[in-house]
Amino acid sequence: MKDKKITLSHGAGGRLSHDLIEEYFLPCFDNDLLRALDDSAVIPMQSEQANRLAFTTDSYVVKPLFFPGGDIGRLAICGTVNDLAMAGARPLGLSASFILEEGLPIEDLERILASMKGAAEEAGARVVAGDTKVVEHGAAEGIYITTAGVGQIPEDVAIGSAQAKPGDVVMVSGPLGDHEIAVLMARGEFALQGEVESDCAPLNGLVEAMLEVCPEIHSLRDPTRGGLATVLWEIVNSSKVGVIIDEGEIPIRDQVRAVCDLLGFDPYYLANEGRLVAFMPQGEAKAVLKAMQAHPLGGEATIIGKVTAENPGKVLLHTPIGGHRLLEPLSGEQFPRIC
Amino acid sequence: MNPHKSPDEGKLAPLLLENIAALADSPMRLMEVCGTHTVAIFRSGIRSMLPPGVELISGPGCPVCVTPAGEIDRAIALSRKEEMILATFGDLMRVPGSSSSLQEERASGAAIRVILSPLDAVKIAEENPDKTVCFFGVGFETTSPAIAAAVMEAGRRGLGNFYLLSSQRLIPPAMRALLSGGGVKIDGFILPGHVSVVIGKAPYCFIAEEFGLPGAITGFEPLDILEGIYLLLRQRKEGRTEIEIQYSRVVQEEGNPRARGIMGEVFAPVDARWRGLGTIPQSGLVLREGFSQMDAAQAFDIPYAEVEDPPGCLCGEVLQGLVRPPECSLFGTGCTPEDPVGPCMVSTEGSCAAYYKYGRGAGGDER
Repeated sequence: MKDKKITLSHGAGGRLSHDLIEEYFLPCFDNDLLRALDDSAVIPMQSEQANRLAFTTDSYVVKPLFFPGGDIGRLAICGTVNDLAMAGARPLGLSASFILEEGLPIEDLERILASMKGAAEEAGARVVAGDTKVVEHGAAEGIYITTAGVGQIPEDVAIGSAQAKPGDVVMVSGPLGDHEIAVLMARGEFALQGEVESDCAPLNGLVEAMLEVCPEIHSLRDPTRGGLATVLWEIVNSSKVGVIIDEGEIPIRDQVRAVCDLLGFDPYYLANEGRLVAFMPQGEAKAVLKAMQAHPLGGEATIIGKVTAENPGKVLLHTPIGGHRLLEPLSGEQFPRIC
Repeated sequence: MNPHKSPDEGKLAPLLLENIAALADSPMRLMEVCGTHTVAIFRSGIRSMLPPGVELISGPGCPVCVTPAGEIDRAIALSRKEEMILATFGDLMRVPGSSSSLQEERASGAAIRVILSPLDAVKIAEENPDKTVCFFGVGFETTSPAIAAAVMEAGRRGLGNFYLLSSQRLIPPAMRALLSGGGVKIDGFILPGHVSVVIGKAPYCFIAEEFGLPGAITGFEPLDILEGIYLLLRQRKEGRTEIEIQYSRVVQEEGNPRARGIMGEVFAPVDARWRGLGTIPQSGLVLREGFSQMDAAQAFDIPYAEVEDPPGCLCGEVLQGLVRPPECSLFGTGCTPEDPVGPCMVSTEGSCAAYYKYGRGAGGDER
């Protein structure tokens, strides 16, 4: 397979398109529903009690395609599985659409597909529908992937950004900012080197473990673009409550903090792809924290704050020296500063 | 227990605050000259903890903010030239010129690269021998030695395609201009730690000797800033006016002679325009003879044209500490980080951006 590249003929719908799917895509995502190769995948419901579906989609255009701790394929599976998980949904099926740039080494495609397969297996999710297009050289950057997912929401679960209540405890599942800093360093633009790995991971298993001990979790979000600050702000605004965060409790790795200091970035706005923020009743918080810490993806889970009836719509940060300030959502793009 | 937590701050801060409160028996207005201090003060919530008499005013120490719109226009004019790659620091991308910004130019197809170190621009020039590479060099004494080193390196590598658009500025002349202007009442200065690593203590001594005001060269951790404030209050109590070094773990009294040597070899001081402060004598840096073939302002036809501040924009007054950002009628309504009118709302070091991002509605932080 070495040196073979994607050509426009792979997208022409003829023999080569068929071969590409048969040779690379089907073996990777092999399951009955996909194998049928009908125009639609027909998915049976898993439980008759559940009468609500969660449905989500996302496009992935990350640069570089491969970075420490993940790649565009792993990201495309985890992102959509996590969006479903944040509604408490169990994935029934995913779709994956690929836009391939002419000239993409087949070897890279194979690596990305293998990584998608691995991530889907970790999540216990199946890719049941897909599509491939090829665009001419220069019209894309190697590969773009769009995934969508449907999931089934258990009957007793009612998670939503508007559900946070005064008295709720706020938790994060682990250190923040690893993903964005890992990708930034992998781009090599800033000649930064380090050992930060992306946190990219499917969170549905962790969410199931949390829901098992506390089905009444109020709000769940994965802090992707815009980071922790934006997610907290969105939840308190939807729920019309306030939140007080103890800044000293927000877990951030030293290396991530160092890069932020250097570039003038605020770590609370960094993107994560395998972390979650949870709001839940205080009475259940200890049990949930224990369940999270027992899960491989929640070992460093920690309580960072609590919800108040006062200051609705505001995220108040208590600083380690005893001061306080507001945490606002991300505006625009973070640019590295001068000095 | 959170392993990522810093252990000492929570214990030491109350002690420093107690000492500050004991000395704050009458009002004291302190200017933090440097934008990095402004941001650190907001981020740590220091304003919310100080006794009512101690007021902090933000000064002109934001390199992007003091760059006049006319110089942004020159950089934009350069970026529109054929076969040109313009390299610059990220903070400058969104600063509005008279009719565009570098970010808009990049979106329209100009080759503009955001870099972290001036040496990256030299590398870009070496990798693109068929292009012209111009570095738009904005910054204070903190950045100038690195820009000087990049210029020397470009000379050493014999790169004929590397140019510098120098928009560097020096802090002490600006402070003299601010104090001579007399418009703003200041009782003491929190002096910039990073700049002082290079220039040391001597260039600030006129503040104490000629204007009778205390200064403290201060670091950027919350505890540093609290200690800097404490040192200034203590000087008043003891009837002293001098320049003290709080940030002694990093700043030497004589600064860094080697860095100043490189700066002096490559650059000569020149009168420079500052947004809000006008033209200040000997406050800018221009390439010396021997390096002037790399001077983009000479090599290309990019005349400087004065640009009026946008109507209503008070960046000039904000930079002098004459008004606080929320006192500007555009603040938060006509001027936001998403859609900035003035540079102080653009830069991460800008006072307006800091007030907007951290200060609104947070009780004591409005002070």
